[in-house]
Amino acid sequence: MSALAPAAWPVAEASLTRLLHVDPTRGTYRDARITDLETLLRPGDLLVLNDAGTLPASLPGWSRLGLIEARLAGPPGGSGEWPAVLFGAGSWRDRTEDRRPPPELGTGERIQLEAPGPDRGLQAEIVSVSSVSPRLVGLRFDREGSALWSALYRIGQPVQYSYLRATLPFWHAQTAFAGRPLAAEMPSAGRPLRVSQLRGLRARGVVLAVVTHAAGLSSTGDPALDAALPLPELSLVPSETVAAVEHAKAAGTRVVAGGTTVVRALEGAWRDGGLQAGAAITALRIGPGFAPRVVSGLLTGLHAPGESHFELLQAFAPRSLLEAALDHAATSGYRGHEFGDLSLILSEALP
Amino acid sequence: MQLSGKAALVTGASRGLGAALAGELALRGARVIAVARDARPLEGEVARIRGLGGEAHALAADQGDKDAVYPLVGAATGLVGPIDLLVLNASTLGPIPLRELVDTECEDFARVLEVNLLGPFRLIKAVVGSMVLRGSGTVVGISSDAAVNGYPGWGAYGVSKAALDHLLRSWAAELAAGGVRFLSVDPGEMDTRMHAEAMPDADRGALARPEDVARRIASLLEADASPPSGARLEATALEPVA
Repeated sequence: MSALAPAAWPVAEASLTRLLHVDPTRGTYRDARITDLETLLRPGDLLVLNDAGTLPASLPGWSRLGLIEARLAGPPGGSGEWPAVLFGAGSWRDRTEDRRPPPELGTGERIQLEAPGPDRGLQAEIVSVSSVSPRLVGLRFDREGSALWSALYRIGQPVQYSYLRATLPFWHAQTAFAGRPLAAEMPSAGRPLRVSQLRGLRARGVVLAVVTHAAGLSSTGDPALDAALPLPELSLVPSETVAAVEHAKAAGTRVVAGGTTVVRALEGAWRDGGLQAGAAITALRIGPGFAPRVVSGLLTGLHAPGESHFELLQAFAPRSLLEAALDHAATSGYRGHEFGDLSLILSEALP
Repeated sequence: MQLSGKAALVTGASRGLGAALAGELALRGARVIAVARDARPLEGEVARIRGLGGEAHALAADQGDKDAVYPLVGAATGLVGPIDLLVLNASTLGPIPLRELVDTECEDFARVLEVNLLGPFRLIKAVVGSMVLRGSGTVVGISSDAAVNGYPGWGAYGVSKAALDHLLRSWAAELAAGGVRFLSVDPGEMDTRMHAEAMPDADRGALARPEDVARRIASLLEADASPPSGARLEATALEPVA
């Protein structure tokens, strides 16, 4: 199979983003553009988007035993403890799998994340260490509220990977409709969607709804940890979205997830025979054989075998079709990863 | 809109009308992000609001700095959730004492536009996508009489306020359907430090109190009969509030 080249930078004109439409029922795929969503989606279809903003999750710092980088893996739990993955010396310019491991830091160790200035600088304490990997820890910062958020945005950067050309400014690491910063990495399927396009879809009768899903890190370079991804993630499903899904189901129209994180949020919120509104942690893992209860199809990046996202896609289309479509995408110059092109995996007719 | 429980971001909130608005919105139940360049007076205002039982958070930022805007909105949203109400109050007069355009340096003119026009544009851009998707939101720009009348010495400021009015009008035209509204409010002459800097000889007794103007604006926002998006209003013509 041909490999997909990664996009090294966001395209200046989002409307040029390519869209590979895969129809699982017909077993076909077809080249399109993101702007063709206007015809690929029909009046009454429900498009659910993840409006989570992107955390300034990459925090360089130093410990008693040397340089580290802490990458926040999501928002804090109820106890105020932030999940984070530790890396050794280096930066996003190094391939994740080549990053040096962090020094062995146990609970009670302190990490200095900011040079002392007007105050002593942001610090965090390791308050827990995961049994999955010693690199997955719980951090407690030395401040809270606006002092903490100001400090995080002062020193933190969006998480990014070595195939990118330059350091990402915040506006490239956000969707155009981002709200509460809960995601460790941008929910990237929504990135090429301009606000004007969303308004156009709405004007054509496509219904829009949101979930806020705390998308976690996509890669850590730690085999034990990578095998456990995605970790349990926080989802907020508004009651308006539940109503919109119920309406679509009753009307027999399609529910389209704007990204794999939306699939996880919606399918994870299906409990006791219905979609439940509210905040919940989902540990749901979706792969071949999973029968979606809520989602008819999805808008997603192009994912290759070996990625957990590729497993998820097999709940919506057979592996052979996904592989053929991916091969076509690679030979046709589609770009991969979070700033790349998209695919729409959606059948014309509901099963 | 009912202000209770809404996430509101107010710029220029360390003194004058901005501080009064931050306090008024918080006392009506909004969760307020108070923004200004200088942290110390801002934190004082936030402490005052909290002392009165309101929710407020201080974030120091310069809206004239492009790189500051996304971190500001990110931190604000992390604290109170997606912004429902954006109040564009911060502005600069430019160099004091005011000077005629013929004596205004190009760089000073550019700085006034950077703070009074581009800053608001960037802030709107950073919050409006979420408003559109959620189908609701309000953006209020604080304008000035100098936006519609030419006064000697007020050129740079007046141009920036006229442009701000038109910026909001243009946003309103583009997003006419969809639940997001844009309003300009001319607060009238108020007894503030900015006014004293611009017109040191003014009779303070003839000037409105910023707290009274803030109450009128907050009541306008909560009124059932909202003016149409894109409207420009004069605070002195709004219903006085007891």
